[in-house]
Amino acid sequence: MRWTHWVSFPVLTVMIWSGLFIYWANDAYGISIFGFSLIKFFPEWFYDYFHISGRLAEGMAFHFLFMWFFFINGLLYILYTIFSGAWRELLPNKYSFKEAWLVLLHDLHIRKTIPPQKKYNAAQRIAYTAIILMGMGSVATGLAIYKPVQFYWLCWLCGGYHFARILHFTLTIGYVFFFLIHIVQVMLAGWNNFRAVVAGFEVAEEQPRLKHEPLIAEKTEDQNESKS
Amino acid sequence: MKANHNKKVKAPLTVEQKIRRRTFISFGAFAALGAGAVTGWNWLLDAPEETAGITGGTRAPLRRALNKTELFFRNFFSNKHLVKTYPITYAVKTPRVNSLIGIEDDEDFDVRNWKLKVKLNNQKIQYISIEEIKALPKTEIVYDFKCVEGWDEIQHWAGVKLSDFLAHFKLEEAAQKPYMGLETPNGAYYVGLERESILHPQTLLAYEMNGKPISLDHGAPLRLIVPVKYGIKNLKRIGTMSFSNSRPKDYWAEQGYDYYSGL
Repeated sequence: MRWTHWVSFPVLTVMIWSGLFIYWANDAYGISIFGFSLIKFFPEWFYDYFHISGRLAEGMAFHFLFMWFFFINGLLYILYTIFSGAWRELLPNKYSFKEAWLVLLHDLHIRKTIPPQKKYNAAQRIAYTAIILMGMGSVATGLAIYKPVQFYWLCWLCGGYHFARILHFTLTIGYVFFFLIHIVQVMLAGWNNFRAVVAGFEVAEEQPRLKHEPLIAEKTEDQNESKS
Repeated sequence: MKANHNKKVKAPLTVEQKIRRRTFISFGAFAALGAGAVTGWNWLLDAPEETAGITGGTRAPLRRALNKTELFFRNFFSNKHLVKTYPITYAVKTPRVNSLIGIEDDEDFDVRNWKLKVKLNNQKIQYISIEEIKALPKTEIVYDFKCVEGWDEIQHWAGVKLSDFLAHFKLEEAAQKPYMGLETPNGAYYVGLERESILHPQTLLAYEMNGKPISLDHGAPLRLIVPVKYGIKNLKRIGTMSFSNSRPKDYWAEQGYDYYSGL
């Protein structure tokens, strides 16, 4: 689980980078309200800064190699969560949506208390499930625009060639926002939490019981998962 | 949860030491794998360009990956998978002209003298006039033409099915070979196609657009319409047709694009 988490970062980075090369060749998207253009994806300075212009063929070559890594990595993650039982801690339950709101209020320092949580809080459950659904969405819409004739049914399911391309693009923007929020949250969560994602164990300090010295117990990710 | 008590006499590690040790090992492994990933990435970025030939213009490992991916996705190709078609009213009035390679650079071209040159396998050449082609049953198609750049346009074309053409001119035996090559009369633009795409029921040798003869910019008098491929394979103004056992040369595959470019 930790492995696929870390693999996903560079792979997704390469996918977005090469995806920009492809998008550049037909950069049709923007946001406008009542005909007034708010944002154009992307402005010229953006292409210049990242040296994106005129690299369509290169972008496609990278994109169609790393799509395999993206897919296989995602598949391994999903299989692992299913077979280890970790999905129980990750999938939102019926309380999650209400609780996630309370978590959000807490994180924004509007509310003092936080609902009781297990390994992941309600907001995390929703976010970490959503990102997997987004990943599946990217694979599906990607395949729909990659082979719209052979996978015509998938293209139809994704709302047609145009809509599938828009979805594919929007999901990518979604990853960028996810990443930004994720990084802020990781920094706020602190060192112990970060170490857990690298090393696989968390350090929990317990109240001194009988002895004078405080006992420090080790909790590994694997023990956690087999317990649930 | 139970605290770890190490009962060995030798080297009894405190819990703090264990934590430190495991953190050190984990982060060491993490850094090593990270460095490995960076090395791998740099190797790929600095990989030499493939030897220019039928394909060219991209890093050698990426070209190998493109070719492998082609083989994988060709498993899903079927002549029963048809491109979605539309009513004629959906078709654009003035289809986009995206490229004139092989057309604007051919000042000597005279459409009245045009004949399709078919290179037969016994080194002989067969010439076919546009009248002979137009005498064959006409097939129309209104479909979403897709460019590798990402744009698409619903266009209306008409011509003879390539499979009908091959049957009528007794070229089926020649077309047993796995590839067909097409070139403009001046040879400036050229494409290669696999047999299965040639025989796809929606692949046409087109001579009409929106019910009128094709304009010179769109490839008069005869062009290829192959809806199972990106626009780059839809060669305008066909001059020469040939058949081969290996990939014929392909203009955009030489410039770093996927040879297959199938949809």
